[in-house]
Amino acid sequence: MPRVPRGAGMTRSILPVLTVVAAIVALWYAAAFAMNQQWTRDQAARAGTEPTLAQIAADTMSQERPKLPAPHQVAAELWDTTVAKRVTSKRSLVYHGWITLSATLLGFAIGTGLGILLAVGIVHNRAMDMSVMPWAIASQTIPILAIAPMIIVVLNSVGISGLLPKAVISAYLSFFPVVVGMVKGLRSPDAMQLDLLSTYNADRWQTFWKLRLPASMPYLFTSLKVGVAASLVGAIVGELPTGAVAGLGARLLAGSYYGQTVQIWSALLGAAVLAAALVGLIGLAQRLTLAAMGMNR
Amino acid sequence: MGGPVIEAKGLGLTFETRDGPVHALKDVDLAVGKGDFVSFIGPSGCGKTTFLRCVAALEHPTAGTLTVNGTTPDEARRARAYGYVFQAAGLYPWRTIAGNVRLPLEIMGMSRAEQEERVARVLELVDLAGFGRKYPWQLSGGMQQRASIARALAFDADILLMDEPFGALDEIVRDRLNEELLKLWDRTGKTIGFVTHSIPEAVYLSTRIVVMSPRPGRITDVIESPLPRDRPLDIRDTPEFLEVAHRVREGLRAGHAYDA
Amino acid sequence: MSWIAGALAFWGLAWWANLRLAAMPGTRATRFAVPALFGVTVLVLWEGVVRGLDVPGVILPPPSAIAERFAASLPILWTDFVQTFVKGALSGYAIGCGAAFLTAILIDRSPFLQRGLLPVGNFVAALPIVGTAPILVMWFGFDWQSKAAVVVAMVFFPVLVNTVEGLSAATAMQRDLMRTWSASYWQTLLRLRLPAALPFVFNGLKISTTLALIGAIVAEFFGSPIKGMGFRISTEVGRLALDMVWAEITVAAIAGSAFYGLVAAIEKGVTFWHPSQRG
Repeated sequence: MPRVPRGAGMTRSILPVLTVVAAIVALWYAAAFAMNQQWTRDQAARAGTEPTLAQIAADTMSQERPKLPAPHQVAAELWDTTVAKRVTSKRSLVYHGWITLSATLLGFAIGTGLGILLAVGIVHNRAMDMSVMPWAIASQTIPILAIAPMIIVVLNSVGISGLLPKAVISAYLSFFPVVVGMVKGLRSPDAMQLDLLSTYNADRWQTFWKLRLPASMPYLFTSLKVGVAASLVGAIVGELPTGAVAGLGARLLAGSYYGQTVQIWSALLGAAVLAAALVGLIGLAQRLTLAAMGMNR
Repeated sequence: MGGPVIEAKGLGLTFETRDGPVHALKDVDLAVGKGDFVSFIGPSGCGKTTFLRCVAALEHPTAGTLTVNGTTPDEARRARAYGYVFQAAGLYPWRTIAGNVRLPLEIMGMSRAEQEERVARVLELVDLAGFGRKYPWQLSGGMQQRASIARALAFDADILLMDEPFGALDEIVRDRLNEELLKLWDRTGKTIGFVTHSIPEAVYLSTRIVVMSPRPGRITDVIESPLPRDRPLDIRDTPEFLEVAHRVREGLRAGHAYDA
Repeated sequence: MSWIAGALAFWGLAWWANLRLAAMPGTRATRFAVPALFGVTVLVLWEGVVRGLDVPGVILPPPSAIAERFAASLPILWTDFVQTFVKGALSGYAIGCGAAFLTAILIDRSPFLQRGLLPVGNFVAALPIVGTAPILVMWFGFDWQSKAAVVVAMVFFPVLVNTVEGLSAATAMQRDLMRTWSASYWQTLLRLRLPAALPFVFNGLKISTTLALIGAIVAEFFGSPIKGMGFRISTEVGRLALDMVWAEITVAAIAGSAFYGLVAAIEKGVTFWHPSQRG
């Protein structure tokens, strides 16, 4: 008889996760002190003063261009650029986040749509399977992101700029994971289940709608999570080549050009929050869909 | 020689679960002497596997006492007093058969020469000589289980604990392995504790049959087998055999094993 | 026009050939020939359409021009390869995977730490880590060290998560068996749990080969000395010398698939016993 652990599931994880997060924040503060103090000492030496340890510590936590901004500095900047600014202002992180997000979502939708269509084609047509699938799998080993600058510039030179080129990159990055995952999912029903349908004299499309497609849902959602994260990275990288002025990638680039470390960190955290939110939304959709289909364990 | 090899007095094991306490074992009294072949039979949840695991110090009782070779099960485990055979062979697929049989010997720190000698000896004993270089997936289920038994014999423990070792095999292979196990027992004189679901198997193999029942897990009957030590497979068609099997079935019925 | 006609004719022929090949029973030869033919067809169509429609080279150069540029630029391509792949990606990969593996073993004895680190790790693995590139360039300078640092950040959590999962792959029964032999923690780890974990570890290592190369290249978009694949791509893009860009991309593609293939080959050798390798 198996022993049933007390309080199984998420409640068991909350305390350890909080501990780890707290430890990370503590280490962050310590690192900020360690990394920023050199500048403080240099400035003090130049001014001829001898600051106390407490003074150094205080200074490292509030520099304008710190090597490592303290958590509260990043938090303050985040607050400043999100809540404290009008959403339409060019200084608002929400504005920049939306620029990147719109490219991500458009690209993700296109990539996923095309990917699912190609997957259906691969599963039903042997010639397509044998010719395209090896390339789809191989493409996962190729650093596709390296093409990003070229796509941006080429599309710009034919007059397509702004949202669309970034969406193209995002689409490309989410396309292959979705193809591979969806093919795996559409092929997941075992021989026994397929045999059963053929005893009902079901044709290919009935088999598709009634068996293959529902069976592929878990696999689809897993690749959607990978795909949306890749799309976001694609949109961000797509903002780098032409020195775009809007979007999270642009903020990262500008921050790095002008040495505005706090700006870099807040843009990075903005991207992180966006990624977490997108993956979380898909996770939610996954839970709801699978629950409605009775597939939740 | 001294007292019993395994002695349980008032042994109890209770699990706390969300639905209340589960009495896996309650008031179990049993003494197993040296050289005994004791089978434990009963339906799921009767505690037979739990008892074996307590002897092996894989579980710890919450009531009563249990001694193995006169000491606690933990000390017996540390002294490597027994070999354990699970229902699945559990061989490591990255090691050859010989490598698998050698594993406990490596852990116990024996010399390479001694390892080789012992491996050869026990593979011979279970009729797997010549298969040492094969990998587990190249062998049939029955052969894998024989390798698992060889592994349990390799370090010459006096006690052999077997938890439904032949449960996953088909009947024909099972019959053959039953015969081989009896021959092995005869040659080596080990004390064997054997858990099974199968009445014929229990009656065929044992000198003593312990019938258990669930909720709470307890012993309902202990049957001393009148059958001679030397047993060809045909003995299963004799009236004496059927009588013992009948008695076992009665014991199971008394313990509500056949109730839904 | 004849270019386009020729390309389309080839396409038709190849399509027909592939249909025939696909209808035959699958052998190693056909499984290789069909995608190879597909790839060649794409190249032929590319060449035909670009030349036939006189597409300007600043939009899309034909494969022949790329091949020409490739052959003419071997020294530069080699320097870039060494800078980005060998110095940046490989060193970051080695450090990152090694650190992740060791961390997994260190936290193995603490279920508390595991329950805390794994959700955090899964979260971090989904983030756009390439965004840390500007910060790491600020800390480690323009040269390959900052690129290696980005790679470490990218491969650490996937390898950590996979290794931790692998360390729990040994079944309860096998661990019980180790207890019956009174094996110590380290004996159980070395003889049972680590070999059983290897399929999972290699899964992480394979994913990380792609992440490493991407990390090294994209990190160079944020700043690099005057060499490196990412650097070359962004500057040549700026000069609209797209044939050179495509040449660099070809190098990246070859490097990426060769790296992955190498790790997969090692995996096959080391985990020969796993059902997925036995086919």
